[in-house]
Amino acid sequence: MSFPWAKEYQPQHPLMRYMDEKLPLPRLVYNAVGAGYPVPRNLSYFWNFGVLAGFFLVFQIVTGVVLAMHYAANSTVAFSSIEHIMRDVNWGWLLRYAHANGASFFFIVVYIHIFRGFYYSSYKAPREMIWLLGVVIFLLMMATAFMGYVLPWGQMSYWGAKVITSLFGAIPLAGEAIEVWLLGGYAPDNASLNRFFSLHFLLPFVILGVVILHIWALHIPGSSNPTGVEVKDESDTVPFHPYYTAKDGFGLGVALVLFFILVFFLPNYLGHPDNYIEANPLSTPAHIVPEWYFWPFYAILRAFTQDIFFIPAKLMGVMAMFSAILMWFFLPWLDRSPVRSGHYRPLFRKFFWFGLIPTMALLFYCGGAPAEEPYVMLSQIATAYYFLHFLVVLPIVSMVEKPEPLPNSITEAVLGSDKTMVKGEAADPAV
Amino acid sequence: MADTAATADSSTTNDSDHDSGGLRRRDVLGIPANVAAVSAAGVGGLVVLYPLISQMAPSADVLAASTTDVDLSSIEAGQGITAVFRKQPLFVRKLTPKEIAEADAVPLSELRDPETLEERTKEGRKEWLITMGVCTHLGCVPLGITSEQNRGDYGGYFCPCHGSQYDTAARIRKGPAPKNLVVPDYKFDTDTKITVG
Amino acid sequence: MRQLISIRVVAVAIGLFFALSVLWALVRGIGPGFSNLAEYGQFTEPNVEQAFHKHPNHYDFSFDGPVGNWDVGQLQRGLKVYDEVCSACHSLKFVAFRDLAELGLTPGQIKAFAAKHQVPGVDKNTGEATTVPGLPTDYFPSPYPNEIAARAANNNAVPPDLSLMTKARHDGTNYVVSLLTGYQKQPAELLKRFPEAKTPPGLHYNPYFANLNIAMPPPLHTDGQVTFDDGAPSDIKSMAEDVAAFLTWTAEPKLVKRRQTGWPVVIFLIFATGLAYMSKQQVWAAVKPKKAA
Repeated sequence: MSFPWAKEYQPQHPLMRYMDEKLPLPRLVYNAVGAGYPVPRNLSYFWNFGVLAGFFLVFQIVTGVVLAMHYAANSTVAFSSIEHIMRDVNWGWLLRYAHANGASFFFIVVYIHIFRGFYYSSYKAPREMIWLLGVVIFLLMMATAFMGYVLPWGQMSYWGAKVITSLFGAIPLAGEAIEVWLLGGYAPDNASLNRFFSLHFLLPFVILGVVILHIWALHIPGSSNPTGVEVKDESDTVPFHPYYTAKDGFGLGVALVLFFILVFFLPNYLGHPDNYIEANPLSTPAHIVPEWYFWPFYAILRAFTQDIFFIPAKLMGVMAMFSAILMWFFLPWLDRSPVRSGHYRPLFRKFFWFGLIPTMALLFYCGGAPAEEPYVMLSQIATAYYFLHFLVVLPIVSMVEKPEPLPNSITEAVLGSDKTMVKGEAADPAV
Repeated sequence: MADTAATADSSTTNDSDHDSGGLRRRDVLGIPANVAAVSAAGVGGLVVLYPLISQMAPSADVLAASTTDVDLSSIEAGQGITAVFRKQPLFVRKLTPKEIAEADAVPLSELRDPETLEERTKEGRKEWLITMGVCTHLGCVPLGITSEQNRGDYGGYFCPCHGSQYDTAARIRKGPAPKNLVVPDYKFDTDTKITVG
Repeated sequence: MRQLISIRVVAVAIGLFFALSVLWALVRGIGPGFSNLAEYGQFTEPNVEQAFHKHPNHYDFSFDGPVGNWDVGQLQRGLKVYDEVCSACHSLKFVAFRDLAELGLTPGQIKAFAAKHQVPGVDKNTGEATTVPGLPTDYFPSPYPNEIAARAANNNAVPPDLSLMTKARHDGTNYVVSLLTGYQKQPAELLKRFPEAKTPPGLHYNPYFANLNIAMPPPLHTDGQVTFDDGAPSDIKSMAEDVAAFLTWTAEPKLVKRRQTGWPVVIFLIFATGLAYMSKQQVWAAVKPKKAA
């Protein structure tokens, strides 16, 4: 790894030495999540969510592959094949509920991971590439989750597919042709369902690939930390194993307790009853909403109710919805503050806690609410602030703000400047 | 792996070194907490395998569909019908007295898989030969359920895939198959109706 | 550096564009001089559905809560109500007769029950479509051969399949009881406030139904309509509760098994998480700063 004091993998057993020569996979693991990866010693529990996201990705792939053994991607039988899984397949009900709620938990975990990045400006140099890859992962996740939700072929599946593909109809000139091409027909049907299933199976492995790049890019500069001060010497770090394996193990335990309470006791809590009604192309449910993790962006989509000059309202909404995520790509270059952590940025911190967080909460709330007042008005206010925050407030704040004094080092931040009790240094297993 | 354990050990040792500083080592029933936690994770991992593996076993609808009723009334002696049992062909054949005699005439010592026709049919209903239509070699469907088909040298069934030949009691006589055609569990509900499975 | 500044200028421009566009939409919505403000939020006059639609009442069931269990007797009574009343119009297509074993029916009883029902089949001699007595592996048959027939027989309103009904509605179990017992005369107040909302002929007023007027005539209309073998009361409310319990089972037959599996899993995970916490504390004890003595 990049730090000179990172421990070198030294296999003891002859078999491991042989392995290291021929295929140094143990060395790779050792350097990635073993004792060979020095990590800032002061990470808070917010730094658990990367590992959790990785866990839920693998969890979704495993349960998904298994469910695909029983699911039938054909519009005439898809709905009943889900019921077959729920009723007849051994443990099918558990696998399906775990997969459906696993998607929700994956998003909860990833949202916290992203917002940790916002607060601690984890996107800043030298970690821009990690951030860019992360945004790619998020986009791929949204595509995957959307297509997965279509597969049960319930009413929400069907109308979700209809509405989301109609978004592409907003593209000038070619829009309608693109929409028909995406669906393979004039409305969602067997052709659409089959391609969604194919892509829903494929994309998670693409995500896995990008995740590997994301982690690779992370290991170049090493992990960020809550102070935002870069690692200066060995006393600032601890080896990933056993320190963070132990901490992540605990974090995973807590996440799994919450997750399985949801799966076993409230498995339909985050779902919508209408998706237990088989798709009916002739009748739209009274109140269609996407899954909860799309709500903020759905609220932005619906906030644009007026044509702007020559741009129709529909196109404005679609542009805004996609821009709402795509603009995250530019964050590393918009926020120019030399200080990373929100802990030491008084003005940024105020805008984060009193601007961005309430705005997101409002967008979540409005996205799940019907398209009527006062929700439209509220989502319009929130949408305006959302764009202002990232594109206007962040660049300006980073120019005018006077940051608070930073600690000299991570060790100082942890132990205080009183060096008399630097017990940790002696106890560091590396010594 | 060995290395990981070594690291865990060294940290534990370090830890107990510092017990003198007032830090208590966390033990659970005498087991160090990290060992206990990793063991618990291992147990959890094993439990998770159970649903992941058993989901591939036959589902409830498949298991439930595993009995078949067959009507015998339209079968003439010397002929048979192919019914379906557990998604596989089931041979239901009515033997002629000549076929029964042929089967009974074979000494058991000549058979690869020695069984008498009595053992392979129900008591008092020797003429009803009910077997799976699945060659015991590699699972092809043998010919010979109707008299128009090739019944092989022994007048029973002939498997075209690899040339196994069965006699009139569906016992293997020649060719690569190791066993006689399988007789499934069945019972006579009436003189003209059986339930298989 | 110049380039970076221009990125930020472009960003501010785009940000202002989106923000001002959406605020323009907001202002246009409110109208000049806030003239449309009264149409917003609580100022809006509720429509007839908002004013008179009722959420389901709460009823107590044996399977409520994290340790609830089926009342098998109740499920059997519910089956009888479905079989004698609901099944005249509603299918139950995801439930097989063999599933009734979970309601405590013996294989013989299931066979007899299945045989009482005619299911679609093929005439063995002519190959024509016909109906044959059901087998345990068959599914509950639909009362209509197809949707068009269902529509034609029911004044254009298709009776929905009931297999998943309690999961396909908010608070489904209570919804079913509330709906079945909720038929009533249209309140005078409703007609006074919304004279145009008078229930059209052929429909029936029911405040628990989403748009207040349901095509289904009251299915449970007389106390004692269904006679229960176990002597349980068969007033309309009891019958409604029994059939709601039965439909909860049809929608989620693994409900009780799910919770019974959940308890040991969650307890084990809490225990394992406790161990993980202790182990984490043990590992970190070496490097954690202590409060100065």
